[in-house]
Amino acid sequence: MKLKYPKNGKFGEFGGRYIPETLVPAVEELEQAYIKYKDDVEFKKELQYYLTQYAGRPTPLYLAKNLTKFAGGAKIYLKREDLLHGGAHKINNTLGQGLLAKRMKKKRIIAETGAGQHGVATAMACAVLGMNGEVYMGYKDTQRQKLNVFRMNLLGSKVHPVKEGTQTLKDAINEAIRDWITNVKSTYYLLGSAVGPHPYPVMVRDFQSVIGNEILAQMKKLEKKSPDSVVACVGGGSNAIGTFYPLIDEDIKMFGVEAGGEGIKSGHHSATLVGGSKGILHGMLTYLLQDDEGQISETHSISAGLDYPGVGPEHSYLKDAKRVKYDAVNDKEAVEAFLLLSKHEGIIPALESAHAIAYAVKIARNMPKSESIVVTLSGRGDKDVEEVGRYLSKNVKNKK
Amino acid sequence: MSRIKSKFQDLRSKHQKALIAYVMAGFPSERDTISAIRGFVKGGADIIELGMPFSDPLADGPVIQHAGFQALQKGMNLDRFLLLVKKIRMETDLPLILMTYTNILYRQGYDKFIYTVKKAGIDGLILPDMSIDESKDFLQAAKKNNMDVIFLISPNTTPDRIKKISDSSSGFLYLVSMFGTTGGQQQFQNYTTYAIKSTKKILGGKIPLGVGFGVSNPDQAKFIIKSGADAIIVGSAFLRLMENTPSEKIESKIGHFTSSLKKATITE
Ligand SMILES: Cc1ncc(COP(=O)(O)O)c(C=O)c1O
Repeated sequence: MKLKYPKNGKFGEFGGRYIPETLVPAVEELEQAYIKYKDDVEFKKELQYYLTQYAGRPTPLYLAKNLTKFAGGAKIYLKREDLLHGGAHKINNTLGQGLLAKRMKKKRIIAETGAGQHGVATAMACAVLGMNGEVYMGYKDTQRQKLNVFRMNLLGSKVHPVKEGTQTLKDAINEAIRDWITNVKSTYYLLGSAVGPHPYPVMVRDFQSVIGNEILAQMKKLEKKSPDSVVACVGGGSNAIGTFYPLIDEDIKMFGVEAGGEGIKSGHHSATLVGGSKGILHGMLTYLLQDDEGQISETHSISAGLDYPGVGPEHSYLKDAKRVKYDAVNDKEAVEAFLLLSKHEGIIPALESAHAIAYAVKIARNMPKSESIVVTLSGRGDKDVEEVGRYLSKNVKNKK
Repeated sequence: MSRIKSKFQDLRSKHQKALIAYVMAGFPSERDTISAIRGFVKGGADIIELGMPFSDPLADGPVIQHAGFQALQKGMNLDRFLLLVKKIRMETDLPLILMTYTNILYRQGYDKFIYTVKKAGIDGLILPDMSIDESKDFLQAAKKNNMDVIFLISPNTTPDRIKKISDSSSGFLYLVSMFGTTGGQQQFQNYTTYAIKSTKKILGGKIPLGVGFGVSNPDQAKFIIKSGADAIIVGSAFLRLMENTPSEKIESKIGHFTSSLKKATITE
């Protein structure tokens, strides 16, 4: 099951490298650099230093007693990635890739962002490592995640609003790829999720695997055993694969939670693995939301970070292999979980992570109290306060 | 022999290079596409390249992006595309190349898609995101249906890789002139000339070399031909012209522009 370093960049039939020829030398250079440094003692030491001293690792594994009581079943633990510097798991990846880019002598860094969390984490890595960052962000997302646009600017990175297509994450990726094609020699593309052409899905997974590795070690201490289930939200799938991958050969049930938007039947959602079909986008073969002719669908989610019509190829593989169960949680349930965790535990989760919380509460109910669930709380929700306010006032009005 | 191959043979005997003219199917409307193609034919284009729009054209610059989005918004789809190809086929016997993205083919299945477009009158395929490394099934389907496959290379493609890619190409090999997306309008630099010359050497006359991306006027066309290209490919410049021309004048305006470009390809 565990595909350590897929040689041809394939997870079963998924993944690969469907890219314009101009980018081939760039991804080959990247792959060689990654292979060279991933087990390099100095590289690992430096990354470790930044992860602990700068980002705040390890993150706590917190037993959410009140939430557990509320659900009335299995114990619910939260893996507190929201406490990381920047407020999300994204920094695990940006520090890793940032250090790699530095060794590759690339001074200009570009990135895409949805919710703005990866953009912020990129801007931080660029600031601390002394590189120039430019971030592409869908125009729609710059409007609904204004706080993060402001943060990126403060951190010294330039934000390019993307007005093409659906003006969300997928269009930001398109535009970043176009920039990379144009500036291929000078520029490092710091992709923010476990998507894109090989070696990105493998590399991002490896940098995020610190989540799952810590969960294993912490559970052995706290419960003297592995968790019975783990739950993570899936946008592109980086926090989820970082959670799942180290645990894959253990006897643990795994759940990936996608954004159900206004409901799968409505067609307005971003649940790629639940409602999608196989196709090719952004350099990879994977499940996609698309029409019968292969045009990519417009997606919907209240959370900008999950609003993406594709998904990392390793998740497609794990879905077909039936190792992970992928399910969807809709906007309404996510907002409820956002409020629930805020009230009961004093933790405001990112809307992305709220999807995982909602799902964990659902399954905890049907599990015995002797069992335990770990939910990866991928980020904190400060960025979403306004959006939730808008949602609530709209829905109260609709009810009247 | 394929239409594309015999076209290049014919041109060689006339000491001419090829002008390959691109339009986006359904932009600004299907009727305008037909008018543009009439202009291409009148103006002396040698090969026509027809774009099938895709929602996420990541190798294209703003001009082709917008043309594609507009075509999609006006309802361009596979059925209408096939109908359009059939209409074009009633007017001209010039080689017709389809340019689109891999997912459009993958969704139908490579074999089914290629069979269908071949039957409608398409002679070759260009897919900017189809890498040689992923092309096994695609190439098999193309071969089965006698479809020419035009791969792209770039100024940073290594000689070994150029050899490998050209071995799998038929019709011609497509060299992207510069680092960038379609429609770039920078001045050509030395690396473009160098890429044309060194690629020609590697190909050793086995397959013609077409050069495109950013060729937008007769002077640039001449420059590219002088550097040794066997064909120039012009796209965004035609679309820009179409966008600024009322429907009833598209045929004649495109015709004039086409013939000014065609002159640049006549070397004798
Ligand atoms: C807090 C948080 N969680 C999850 C995601 C989704 O990304 P991924 O699926 O790669 O973890 C994002 C993306 O912006 C995010 O900000």
